[in-house]
Amino acid sequence: MEPFSLHTGIVVPIDRANIDTDAIIPKQFLKKVNRTGFGKHLFHDWRYTDEDEHNENPDFILNKSTYQNATILLARDNFGCGSSREHAPWALADFGFKVIIAPSFADIFYNNCLRNGLLLVKLTSEEVDDLFLLALQASGVKITADLNRQKILTPRGQEYSFPIDPFAKECLIKGLDAIGWTEQFIAKIDLFEKNLKQEKPWI
Amino acid sequence: MGTTLYEKIWNSHLVHAENGQASLIYVDRHLMHEVTSPQAFEALRLKGRQVRSRARTFAVMDHNVPTRAKDLSFADAISRTQMEALAKNCHDFGVKLFDFMHPDQGVIHIIGPELGITLPGMVIVCGDSHTATHGAFGSLAFGIGTSEVEHVLATQTLQQNKSKTMRITVDGKISKGVTAKDIILYIIGKIGTDGATGYIVEYDGSAIRHLSMEGRMTICNMSIEAGARAGMIAPDETTFNYLKGKDFAPTESHWDSALASWKTLKSDLDAKFDKTVNIDATDIRPQITWGTSPEQVVAIDASVPDPKEFSDPVKQEAAKKALAYTGLVPGTPMTSIKIDIVFIGSCTNGRIEDLRAAASIVKNQKVAKHVQALAVPGSGRVKRQAEQEGLDKIFKDAGFEWREPGCSMCLAMNEDRAAPGQRCISTSNRNFEGRQGKDSRSHLASPEMAAIAAIKGHVADIREYL
Repeated sequence: MEPFSLHTGIVVPIDRANIDTDAIIPKQFLKKVNRTGFGKHLFHDWRYTDEDEHNENPDFILNKSTYQNATILLARDNFGCGSSREHAPWALADFGFKVIIAPSFADIFYNNCLRNGLLLVKLTSEEVDDLFLLALQASGVKITADLNRQKILTPRGQEYSFPIDPFAKECLIKGLDAIGWTEQFIAKIDLFEKNLKQEKPWI
Repeated sequence: MGTTLYEKIWNSHLVHAENGQASLIYVDRHLMHEVTSPQAFEALRLKGRQVRSRARTFAVMDHNVPTRAKDLSFADAISRTQMEALAKNCHDFGVKLFDFMHPDQGVIHIIGPELGITLPGMVIVCGDSHTATHGAFGSLAFGIGTSEVEHVLATQTLQQNKSKTMRITVDGKISKGVTAKDIILYIIGKIGTDGATGYIVEYDGSAIRHLSMEGRMTICNMSIEAGARAGMIAPDETTFNYLKGKDFAPTESHWDSALASWKTLKSDLDAKFDKTVNIDATDIRPQITWGTSPEQVVAIDASVPDPKEFSDPVKQEAAKKALAYTGLVPGTPMTSIKIDIVFIGSCTNGRIEDLRAAASIVKNQKVAKHVQALAVPGSGRVKRQAEQEGLDKIFKDAGFEWREPGCSMCLAMNEDRAAPGQRCISTSNRNFEGRQGKDSRSHLASPEMAAIAAIKGHVADIREYL
């Protein structure tokens, strides 16, 4: 996983609550057996007017020229709800997103993003309102996510602090391989299994 | 101070815990399907890793399988590739697979319980958000992503932070026509689709205790639609009776010690929950969704709401978008909404009890002329049982299509899908935009409500026909 510490990029505001993983990547694209190439299909139903993805929907904000190189996504409550499909973070990351800001995220989606080096920033609804105003007023506003300081910084000098679990932060900053980390505890897993076999042989 | 059921299972599965780090918890059962596993197996191959505990790992083909017949030629080429990949991966890594032709093949969350793979007190994971279903047995069961699938395959553990706990108590006697599905839809409507985000929910109360295992599974199944990763119900005699004699359940030599252990699986009387919600079961009427989120739900005798009724501007905006998508006008009585498709099935409502309930409504009746109606059993066993009872004949005589087991039109990954603009009343769990087919509209309801809608050709109040 690529380490993450600081990122500056254009922020695109998608003004919706409950953006579900079916919307992020519809099921017809889940049939692939590899992890790459999902970015093309990100937000398929909103982004294109045809199934073959030849015709972009000009009304969808991500298709507006200002936001085409956006790397920070701003949305409303409960982003990433629904299915556990990791294809959703794969699609977001493959498209080029590095940071997603919202008042709340679905649990499974949050974990899936961490595993893929995507930073999810939880701000209050009022702070998200501020950022929506900023991102909609001026075109192509760049903001900065500073994970070390746990802050979002705007060009107007506003700073917003965000919470993150310290271990999750460490994993992101170091780009830690989760399985590699767990493997240092193999002896403990062995012992657990030995006891389980004795105490609950039916499991 | 006492501990909750969740905390008991958590504590008994801790492999490693240290301040400032994620905890490692042991996984007793790892369930897999063809959609969220190929990239995990591929990563194992690239890194030269093995499946640590094959005996704890079970795979099935369900999301992509055709339901018209047990014939893969009905599946598209990339669906077949994904199923072939699962077969090869299970073969190469020594994982037990219920493949497409296996007589017990079915939706993973249906076959786990009915084979006794799911047992009380276990930690059960699957690359699927409806894994919460298995919590009906008093296990801690939740969905994970593909990277975590890989992690469990390699280490049989998961890195987790402890969740907060919520108890939802549903007390009282449910009214005629109200089912487990209505209880959970009502709860989601009350607390919202992110009402339980960050929590593990334990359901309790007399209305829950009176439910069969099938009903309890329906409740736990949709915990994720309220934002909870897991929902659970403490096991009791109903649970133990269900499990006795199941293929993978403890055999006689272990049954008594297993039972003694399972009987300890309940929250202590003085256990403290981070949040509690109390529901009066007598308030619940049959439910139906009107929007594009499961929280957008009303009682069957209500009308399509006006977005202005929502004081929260975010919910108001969401209601506007939902009505634009579903093509409904505020004030329209729900029972006047005409439907095109009926889908009875899925991990929410594809069990034998669901089929019996729906069949009892359609018996000696005919599906409305303009309606396509599908009855899709959740598994090979459910299908055989239904056929033994003659339910297939009741469905077919009424004009339903009697299908082979699979996820089918719940997520429309196979060829079963609603066309643009079509309206489907569905016993499944999600009414998201495009869920059952691009630009199709979904209304979630109980099997009984779906069945009566099939006959009437429009959404109908089941209570008028009982």
